[in-house]
Amino acid sequence: MTSNPMKLVALAAVAVTGILLLSATPDFPAWGDPQSPASTSAMSKHYITESRFETQVPNLVTSVLADYRGFDTMFETVVILVAGLAIIGILRRPFQPGPRKVDGKKEPDLIQVVTCRLVVPVLQLFALYVIAHGHHSPGGGFQGGVMLGASFILMTLTGGLPATLARLPEQRALFLAGLGVLIFAGTGLLCMMLGGNFLDYEVLHRIMPGTGPVMARSHSMLIVEIGVAFTVCTIMFSIYAILSSRGEMRGGL
Amino acid sequence: MIWQFDLILLIFLIGAALMALKARDLLVSAVILGVFGFLMCLLWAEMGAVDVAFTEAAVGAGVSTVILIATIYQTSRKSKD
Amino acid sequence: MSLELVQDYANYWAYIVLMMIGMFAMISKNNLIKKLIGMVIFQSAIILFYVSTGVKEGANIPILSHDEVHPAHHGDDHAGDSHDAPHDKPHHADAAALDPARFSNPIPHVLMLTAIVVGVSTLGVALAIVQRVYTDYGSIEEDEILEQIRPGAHD
Repeated sequence: MTSNPMKLVALAAVAVTGILLLSATPDFPAWGDPQSPASTSAMSKHYITESRFETQVPNLVTSVLADYRGFDTMFETVVILVAGLAIIGILRRPFQPGPRKVDGKKEPDLIQVVTCRLVVPVLQLFALYVIAHGHHSPGGGFQGGVMLGASFILMTLTGGLPATLARLPEQRALFLAGLGVLIFAGTGLLCMMLGGNFLDYEVLHRIMPGTGPVMARSHSMLIVEIGVAFTVCTIMFSIYAILSSRGEMRGGL
Repeated sequence: MIWQFDLILLIFLIGAALMALKARDLLVSAVILGVFGFLMCLLWAEMGAVDVAFTEAAVGAGVSTVILIATIYQTSRKSKD
Repeated sequence: MSLELVQDYANYWAYIVLMMIGMFAMISKNNLIKKLIGMVIFQSAIILFYVSTGVKEGANIPILSHDEVHPAHHGDDHAGDSHDAPHDKPHHADAAALDPARFSNPIPHVLMLTAIVVGVSTLGVALAIVQRVYTDYGSIEEDEILEQIRPGAHD
């Protein structure tokens, strides 16, 4: 058979790589070792001990994500936006040659519609809570944004794509996605215009009434998390809408 | 880190990966990938990475499974191997 | 093969086995969607390995409690947002220092959080390409597609 040579090649490659990696494991630090080099680096110690004084945010992951490593997060958000644009570029075309799937019109199921009506408001409210409470509990922009996007996907699965597109049209979704990246980069530019470095939130306390440099960092973290949530929510929904209808935005799952 | 819990979860994880690749029906593969995502979420919650577990539960076991099923619906459901 | 060796490194071996399962699927499977499932498994194994470098024995989650964020100062009442007015310097001298070994390392968590969301975006792009291939060639099996591109030439 034609696939046998490929399977043998794959087996050989996997065996060689696997044996190489397995023979390298005794050089790793023991699993869970508090004295491993990753756990005792100066940067890790600084983030754990100083983050509460410099940013007043209890969730260390959020403070590292949005403040100390904000530059990485901004570019990850741009990557998500570009992936959404790539899917639009691949699948949204004016004509569709090739095998077509005929969509039978089916009635929306009563149980699904009622359940959706009960679940979606609670889900969206919880998603907004997760975004806003990301400073004190596990959560933040990415998690809340994905939950918001999932609520729109749930509306599509139970009510049909045209009904959801009436609430969140494609152009508005793309505008919100771009707005999210703009909020993030705009905050950084605002810091530069006020005299600090890019994404150096301390200088923002001059335009935020009633805060000092430390609380300005905490509030700016919330602003950039909101920007991230906008982009993630709309891109997750767009990815699903385009993939499930093969770009036509008419029928689908 | 409770090593018994880790061991059982890792065995289930490897079993789920093998089954997802062996199934002939692609819908079964997609659903087993959802199970894979949930097991990863449990593993990370046990390791103390709660933010990562939250994200994986929402993304890996939620959105990723749904877009895979959407593509299987639009292409074909049977697989030859 | 002593028991300590197994106990220290058994987790790493499991991650490497997962990585190899994913890599084998990506190279040798015929169906395009099975290849993508292999990619997802590979990605997940790598993220598992990365997050596991931040694990510390007996450590707590990296979220501080209220008392640790606002340590009790002498002669200072901290109700709400009154931290920033006159004395906004970090109060290092009179606060108990946090022991870094009590908390999991937050840096791998941060990097892998974004990696997971970017991974699902990449999966979306790959699935869009699979749909285009299906539209153009009518099949998602690799050998049938190769038959149409190069008729009669078996790989």
